[in-house]
Amino acid sequence: MKIEVNIAALKRTKRQEYLVRFIFGGAVTAVAGIIAQHYGPEIGGLFLAAPAIFPAAATLLEKHEENKARTHSGRQLRARELAGVDAAGAAMGSIGLVAFAVVVWQLVPRYSLAIVLPAATSAWFAVSVAMWLARKMVWRSVRARIRKRSHPPFTASQFSGHKQSHP
Amino acid sequence: MDILLRVIVGGVVVSAFATIADMLKPKSFAGLFGAAPSVALASVILAVREHGASYTSIEARFMILGAAAFFIYASVASRLMFHRKWPALPVTGLALLLWLGTALGLWFSFHRLMS
Repeated sequence: MKIEVNIAALKRTKRQEYLVRFIFGGAVTAVAGIIAQHYGPEIGGLFLAAPAIFPAAATLLEKHEENKARTHSGRQLRARELAGVDAAGAAMGSIGLVAFAVVVWQLVPRYSLAIVLPAATSAWFAVSVAMWLARKMVWRSVRARIRKRSHPPFTASQFSGHKQSHP
Repeated sequence: MDILLRVIVGGVVVSAFATIADMLKPKSFAGLFGAAPSVALASVILAVREHGASYTSIEARFMILGAAAFFIYASVASRLMFHRKWPALPVTGLALLLWLGTALGLWFSFHRLMS
């Protein structure tokens, strides 16, 4: 499947939805800072990988898909499936978060943020995309194996038997 | 003032990643941005400014455990929504407790292993 960038999709997001994201994101960042101040950098560090706006993003995605075509039956179930697919992508992205954290942990005492942050963000992106591609390849081969098992190719004997039954 | 700065920086970074995700297709790829280091980027900038590099390095080290908990959180949420067709808000909302429990459990296990 090809990766596409659709700028027109931004029109579907309403102003209040942008506001919800901004407030959620800001609130989670502030809470992470407050927790770090009270409980120290170890517990604070855990919250740097908190699913910040994931619940809001998944809910908005589900709502958008439900609103897309109200006439189609089963649209609600399809919307939940899509939210599930989005979450599977987030699981791959979380492996990239590990790479981000490792790069910051190793580089921040030695280099300036101007080097550390681009390096860490690039590591997140590269690992996330690699995991996404690897998952896709595994799924494709699993699906192909299942298809092969349920529809085995004709063998020579099956083919001759097939011919005999149709004189 | 510090909290206000955190809200603004965090809000801007999170919104930017969410906007990128909106434009992308397929959804499984856009989902990668659901786990973008948005809170981390904002927090690292502010932590280095306020507490210095060694403090930020400790935070980043323990972020690894938080990210592992995120993986479990997102995998469970994905299964419940995709296979069981459960609605997004209760699943992703309640699973936050799973994330918190896993992250704190990993932190506790880390200290037990180290002591």
